[in-house]
Amino acid sequence: MQEIRRASYSGTREGLFHYITFLAALGLVALVLGIFFLVTMQAAPAWRAFGFSFLTTSIWDPMHNEFGAVPALVGTVLTAILALVVATPLSVGTAIFLSEMLPQRLRRPLSFMVELLAAVPSVVYGLWGLFVLAPWLRTGVGQFLTDHLGFLPIFAGPSLGIGVLTSSLVLAIMVLPTITAISGEVIRGVPTGLREAMYALGATRWEVITRVILPTSKPGIVGALLLGLGRAIGEAIAVTMVIGNANLLPRSLFAPAQTMASLIVNEFPEAFDLHLSALLLLAALLFLITLAINIIAAWFVHRPSPDATATDKESVWARLLPKGGG
Amino acid sequence: MKNIQKRKALGALFEVLCVLAAGVAIMVLALILYYVFRRGVAVVNFSFLTSLPTPVGVAGGGIGNALIGSLLMVGLGALIAVPVCIAGAIYLDQNPASKLAAYARFATRVLSGIPSMVVGLFVFSQLVLRTGHYSALAGGVALSIVMAPVITLSAEEMLRLVPSSQREASMALGATKQQTVFRLILPGAAGGLIVGVMLAVALAAGQTAPVLLTALTSRFWLTSLAQPTASLPVLIYHYATSPFADWQAHAWGAALVLVAVILVLNVTAQVLLGLINRRR
Repeated sequence: MQEIRRASYSGTREGLFHYITFLAALGLVALVLGIFFLVTMQAAPAWRAFGFSFLTTSIWDPMHNEFGAVPALVGTVLTAILALVVATPLSVGTAIFLSEMLPQRLRRPLSFMVELLAAVPSVVYGLWGLFVLAPWLRTGVGQFLTDHLGFLPIFAGPSLGIGVLTSSLVLAIMVLPTITAISGEVIRGVPTGLREAMYALGATRWEVITRVILPTSKPGIVGALLLGLGRAIGEAIAVTMVIGNANLLPRSLFAPAQTMASLIVNEFPEAFDLHLSALLLLAALLFLITLAINIIAAWFVHRPSPDATATDKESVWARLLPKGGG
Repeated sequence: MKNIQKRKALGALFEVLCVLAAGVAIMVLALILYYVFRRGVAVVNFSFLTSLPTPVGVAGGGIGNALIGSLLMVGLGALIAVPVCIAGAIYLDQNPASKLAAYARFATRVLSGIPSMVVGLFVFSQLVLRTGHYSALAGGVALSIVMAPVITLSAEEMLRLVPSSQREASMALGATKQQTVFRLILPGAAGGLIVGVMLAVALAAGQTAPVLLTALTSRFWLTSLAQPTASLPVLIYHYATSPFADWQAHAWGAALVLVAVILVLNVTAQVLLGLINRRR
């Protein structure tokens, strides 16, 4: 009798337990839907007021309730792409060096160190950018570029130390550990058999790298780069600290500019009504852009390449989790 | 394939470029840590860690209130996120093929990709504007959203590592699902769950934008959860962008403390993960 009672008692508890975990899982879905719908709902007034002209006009004037996001959009895309241009050769080169050219004993600690740097918060990268990189760009490199290449439009104007170039470099340094870690993972996933077959045919190490390893791991590396692009586009604080926060179309790499995220950081405390709605519209755009980029990135990272052994899909996802930034 | 000398030379050239790339990358990253250490060490001492900020020009002062504010808000975030996310992960583990599990997994991955700035503005517009003030509570909520995907996805992975043979043995002994979860799966995955939480805490501790938009900052000790609250990242941001030399020096000190805490958490998590993997 006692056993039966216990069984039925645990039966209701069982139901409750299932229900609680069910609610928690549902909560996660509701949270993401909630963020998306509440942000877009509050962004709607700005969209109704400006429509596509929000994306095509350049005047951002909270005093007269006029909002056009072109400078912020251009600044965001420009800094993120420049960051990727700088970070791609560095991080892919580092990944090749770490996984293919180093002996096992050195590879582990060095890869670990690089991965650890993904955890350094973005405000610290910004601090370094502002007090170490910016003065150096202003006096050393900046002076050199204005003196010798100043006739090129991209190097026109005085080098203030803060602006598009500095932000792009800080972003490049920030996304470097992430891209290197994921690319390295993908490169190490190339089956040893393929390498050995190439070596057996008499290929040099570089030929093995360019003809087997890079083609096999290309989707994964492209995914890693896209992920880095997503991080660079959404980065707020580090960029705000070094971009100069001028809501203008940048005329050169030395010019101060603005990104969508830095515009929000600069203006949220005073924003209300249409101004706030315009900022939320920027946030909604950021949400959608990074979402699209991340979905494509995940698709690339997971796409089974015909030659690679199946890597554990879930553990790749764990790699994609953010460790730092913000 | 005939000119072996030429092939070797070409290979050597590109390999040198790779070494250079790695050298530049590792040097820059090492340089950042070096500056944080060198400029931070000059400022950090016991009274720096325990005292309130002083007005500009007044010597001394520190990051005591920011340290407490950060601890409190990260703790609050963990308090909200850990139970919900682990319960969610248990659902994903117990009903891996259900429709809700698929949606929840996708939602969590979407969440992990949202810029934390967007999370901050979301909590700002929903909580700060509605209640009318910046607060530690809003900061905790924002951080819990930032932590959620890390905890959920790592917990799901760790729960899955408990072998199905053991689960079946537990069920065969007559244990209910709930008993299996509490007596077998959770204890078995405990180490891994702790690793996930540590990584999430490290991530949250370094977030600036979500905390800036929700808790703003303060120059006083914390007295209630419903008022603006200082935190390390926001203090670094404000001090770094201020024109005062002593505040800028303090920014480096705070950065050293923050980086040290985050790196220790990450290294400990990795060591723990290594131990877990070896035991398996």
